[in-house]
Amino acid sequence: MDAQADSGNNALKCARGLGWFSIGLGAAELFLPGQLGRLIGVRGHHNLIRAMGVREIAAGIAVLLEKKPVYSLANRVAGDAVDLSLLGAAMASSNSCKGRVGAALGAVAGVTALDVICTMRLGKAAHAISTTATVAVNKTPEECYRFWRDFEKLPQFMEHLQSVHVTGDNRSHWVAKAPAGLTAEWDAELIRDTPERIEWRSLPGADVDNTGSVEFRRAPAGHGTIIKASIEYKLPAGQVGAAVASLFGREPRMQTRSDLKRFKAVIETGEVPTIIGQSSGRHFSRT
Amino acid sequence: MKANCWYGKHKLEVKEVPDPKILNPRDAIVKITLTAICGSDLHLYDGFIPTMRHGDILGHEFMGVVVEVGSGVRNLKIGDRVVVPFTISCGSCFSCERKLYSLCENSNPNSWMAEKLWGHSPCGIFGYSHLVGGYAGGQAQYARVPYADVGPLKVPESLTDEQVLFLSDIFPTAYMAAENCNIQPGDTVAIWGCGPVGLLAIRCAYLLGAERVVAIDRVPERLRMAREKGRAETINYEQQSVQGTLREMTGGRGPDSCIDAVGMEAHIQGPLYGYDRVKQALMMETGRPIALREAIMACRNGGTLSVPGVYGGLLDKIPFGSIMNRALTLKTGQTHMQRYMQPLLERIERGEIDPSFVITHRLRLQDAPGAYKTFRDKQDECIKVVLNPN
Repeated sequence: MDAQADSGNNALKCARGLGWFSIGLGAAELFLPGQLGRLIGVRGHHNLIRAMGVREIAAGIAVLLEKKPVYSLANRVAGDAVDLSLLGAAMASSNSCKGRVGAALGAVAGVTALDVICTMRLGKAAHAISTTATVAVNKTPEECYRFWRDFEKLPQFMEHLQSVHVTGDNRSHWVAKAPAGLTAEWDAELIRDTPERIEWRSLPGADVDNTGSVEFRRAPAGHGTIIKASIEYKLPAGQVGAAVASLFGREPRMQTRSDLKRFKAVIETGEVPTIIGQSSGRHFSRT
Repeated sequence: MKANCWYGKHKLEVKEVPDPKILNPRDAIVKITLTAICGSDLHLYDGFIPTMRHGDILGHEFMGVVVEVGSGVRNLKIGDRVVVPFTISCGSCFSCERKLYSLCENSNPNSWMAEKLWGHSPCGIFGYSHLVGGYAGGQAQYARVPYADVGPLKVPESLTDEQVLFLSDIFPTAYMAAENCNIQPGDTVAIWGCGPVGLLAIRCAYLLGAERVVAIDRVPERLRMAREKGRAETINYEQQSVQGTLREMTGGRGPDSCIDAVGMEAHIQGPLYGYDRVKQALMMETGRPIALREAIMACRNGGTLSVPGVYGGLLDKIPFGSIMNRALTLKTGQTHMQRYMQPLLERIERGEIDPSFVITHRLRLQDAPGAYKTFRDKQDECIKVVLNPN
């Protein structure tokens, strides 16, 4: 774990350096577009270079402000791609000095590589994702508890679960879907099981260590039940961890919230609303 | 099957697309016998509703014959003749239990989009952008109807398609708009917009006991229909001052309630129209609330504003001080269809009203793209278009 923490710290230092680099380069582009243009072998286009400068400075500030700048670094990678494609266009243009443009291309490619490595290291150093969401359901707390407690039915509304098998009194085996056909598996045990609250945790040997709880609170005046779900994943470094992290995208709360909304739809209406598979005029020839 | 598909602002095409399939146990498939273009479809045509996707099938006013039912639908059988409400409601959530059907909490699979724009999501709607579910619409030969055990209304053979088609949207919408006015004996109701909803709202306001109804528009044939079919007094806003005329008619007090049956693409003469047109084009507001501003200012102290007109997002320069200081009540919403369809069907059966009087154009489904333009530009005295898909 120490080696992993070190790698994270180094990546953070590298990221801060890239942030200051962005601001420096951006200032040069903004205030000295002519000189910079000559340096990289491009004539004219001063306003375009100034605009690139504004973007560089914004990207740099974002990297410096973010606590763990994974997203702003990813944003830098996207900016690098824009720079590379503009330089590529300059290379093809007759109005440029090929040697200098080539050197600039090389330099930007180097910085891009640094951005990518730094982003990946910081991404790996991520160690826990926790999410909480709530939903109001028009059923009694007892009905909600019974429905949820039937763990084998969880994949009906939890989008990223492939299957859950009950293997013993308080034990079950979970398989979650991950991109590129990967799966993450774990055994879980119930550590609390009352009609007001279910709590579970994964057992040693899990691909992804996780703990979670679901609360079923009676809403006032017969307004059904307020459900609150909290889930925490401890992610390992490496491929599976990255795959699981990507399941949650940038907004893990939204994933949990939409799972809860699907739970609500299934228990209230017996089905999940969908338009997947309906007719449309996409991809069909004219009549 | 053939369907009228959206491919961008002012770009519609009737295309051959796959027939709809049952996707959920509570779905049904309806073979459409008559469908219509709604005034609110023009907001899609003019590109003012976000989250449309190329190839989306339009249309939310349709009726037909049930040809297939899912395993969870017990109240409908193949061969039933039904009118389908434009809103999609599950029938069992918090809102549906309180008969607030257009606020169904389950029927919009894209509720997160609506939550971002509006805070919370209303129900799903046929053919009306992905913000409200992205459901394929009914300007087609067939349609998939979700929660078919809650929505479609069976209609008797004694009534023609044209007599009952508008139970799918505009008749209940006009009725709810009038009901929202909380009309008391002796009341005067002013209605902005003499399109199909406005014209039907005139009739509904009288059905609910209004003493006088004043209708406001600028299109001569629509004002004529408001007078002849609706028995309304009319104001042509291009020729008369709306505020002045309404004041004069009501002893300076203003109408007891005002209905905005225009919505986000209002017109007006003068510089204010240009101001709103520019702001709307620059996406600095999503509607031109010209009729709404007028209705607010005209309404009597303590009166009621009822807004069936469609608005999408943000409006500019709404005189909210007028609403607050003069204690106006604001009532609005997409129509809670299932509340109104059966009682209004009974009114049609009893001969109290025949909503088909608004129809001016009877065309084929293939004619839909051209019909949108005719309707939008109010050419050929067009007020309401119905389309036969067969």
